[in-house]
Amino acid sequence: MSNVPADLKYTSTHEWVRSLPDGSVEIGITDHAQQALGDLVFVEVPEAGRELKVGDRCAVVESVKAASDVYSPVAGEVIAGNPQLASAPEAVNNDPYASGWLMRLRPASGPPITGLMSAAEYQQLLLSESH
Amino acid sequence: MGRRTPLFPLHQQLGARIVDFGGWEMPLQYTSQLAEHHAVRRAAGVFDVSHMCSIDLQGERSQAFLRELLANDIGKLTVCGKALYACMLNESGGVLDDLIVYRLGADRFRAVVNAGTRDRDLAWIRRHAHRYGVEVLERTQLAMLAVQGPAARQAVANLLSPAGAAAALALAPFFGCDVGDWFIARTGYTGEDGFEVMLPGAAAQGIWRSLNAAGVVSCGLGARDTLRLEAGMNLYGNDMDEHTQPFESGLGWSVALAPAERDFIGREALERVLAERARAPESQRRLVGLVLEERGVIRSHQKVQLAQHGIIGEVTSGTFSPTLERSIALARLLDVAAERVQVDVRGKLLNARIVQPPFVRNGKTMIALPEKAR
Repeated sequence: MSNVPADLKYTSTHEWVRSLPDGSVEIGITDHAQQALGDLVFVEVPEAGRELKVGDRCAVVESVKAASDVYSPVAGEVIAGNPQLASAPEAVNNDPYASGWLMRLRPASGPPITGLMSAAEYQQLLLSESH
Repeated sequence: MGRRTPLFPLHQQLGARIVDFGGWEMPLQYTSQLAEHHAVRRAAGVFDVSHMCSIDLQGERSQAFLRELLANDIGKLTVCGKALYACMLNESGGVLDDLIVYRLGADRFRAVVNAGTRDRDLAWIRRHAHRYGVEVLERTQLAMLAVQGPAARQAVANLLSPAGAAAALALAPFFGCDVGDWFIARTGYTGEDGFEVMLPGAAAQGIWRSLNAAGVVSCGLGARDTLRLEAGMNLYGNDMDEHTQPFESGLGWSVALAPAERDFIGREALERVLAERARAPESQRRLVGLVLEERGVIRSHQKVQLAQHGIIGEVTSGTFSPTLERSIALARLLDVAAERVQVDVRGKLLNARIVQPPFVRNGKTMIALPEKAR
């Protein structure tokens, strides 16, 4: 069974979103997603300064088996892509919710972020996908 | 539900991720595809290859039959136990399948063919065997384990009687022998030393467990694919099929044109191909190795191009090489003079160097490696 931390928000495409104290957000892929992909060998993260809309392709995670796009769950400006992943893509497998983060984003001003799932809702989605 | 091998319950117990492969439910990986790959290059791993089809051919004219059926010459098998890699062609020279044939006796052979082409192969073989009065027997009750890696042969030998172990360890590469009711061959699909073992299906789970207990790592189809591609070995259906002939599939070495009087199926078509290759070499395609000089992973069907020529072909197999830590590929390209090509990797043109496979053999790097891209 995959790990779904209670304090994060989730998308149906298996990204997670963490709200940081300074108002920015951190984004990665879930434990379920990294398990499904298998050993990652190549991760491409966005450059700082890039403006993203919800659903934009923002990163590529590539395993031995296949390449997958990551879609931004939040609109805003990229503050940083995780610089460690170029040389250590396996961090996404080993530690998807901490050192395996993909990018940090400053959310666009305007209405609060909507459309994300709670941990309980995401867990429900995983259950329904496995049946 | 797909077909299952005698080892299927064990794969489930071991927590394998199961995928469909040519209609069979097979293990893709048990823990980590990379770890399984490295286990084979550094020590030993075991693969379930029971989905491959073992066919025994028997009859006074079985040798004459196989000399017509296969593009390689079974007449080269002058001693019992010797194995031969061969393509089975259609009349147009297209590759129906690639297979290994062992000589079991004066008029007895065993062919091992691919899972995905099993039914078509059997129909084709039976159709032609009929004329030679050769008996075609599908050995469905056998399990087949590939035990591969520098420590593999000893691990298998340790499970045998002293006499059986001595016989198995004495096998030269590409030879096989009976050991009790097992057939053990020093063959494989990884570029490492090792054995392929055919044994009664009922015994297979116990033997697998014993190998695991001796440190041999369970390996799935994922690692099998990265290992074979590093070894520069073709995968039927990816790198060649019935629409491609051996000379454009890196398999010309397995076509025996001598003696000239051996009239194998597809020979006439291949002779026309060779004449055309001599007349206009630049219009011909060949299978080459590629190693990517930039970050990223080449995948099959991606287009390959050269600035002055446009698209010159496409990737037939591509992956990340765990041993080389770079992406490698096989690609079928027009025979243009170039050292470097560009591969369209998900919309980006990345530089790749043309190399001669194999990429890795017996744990050693066989090509000049580009600087590791940052």
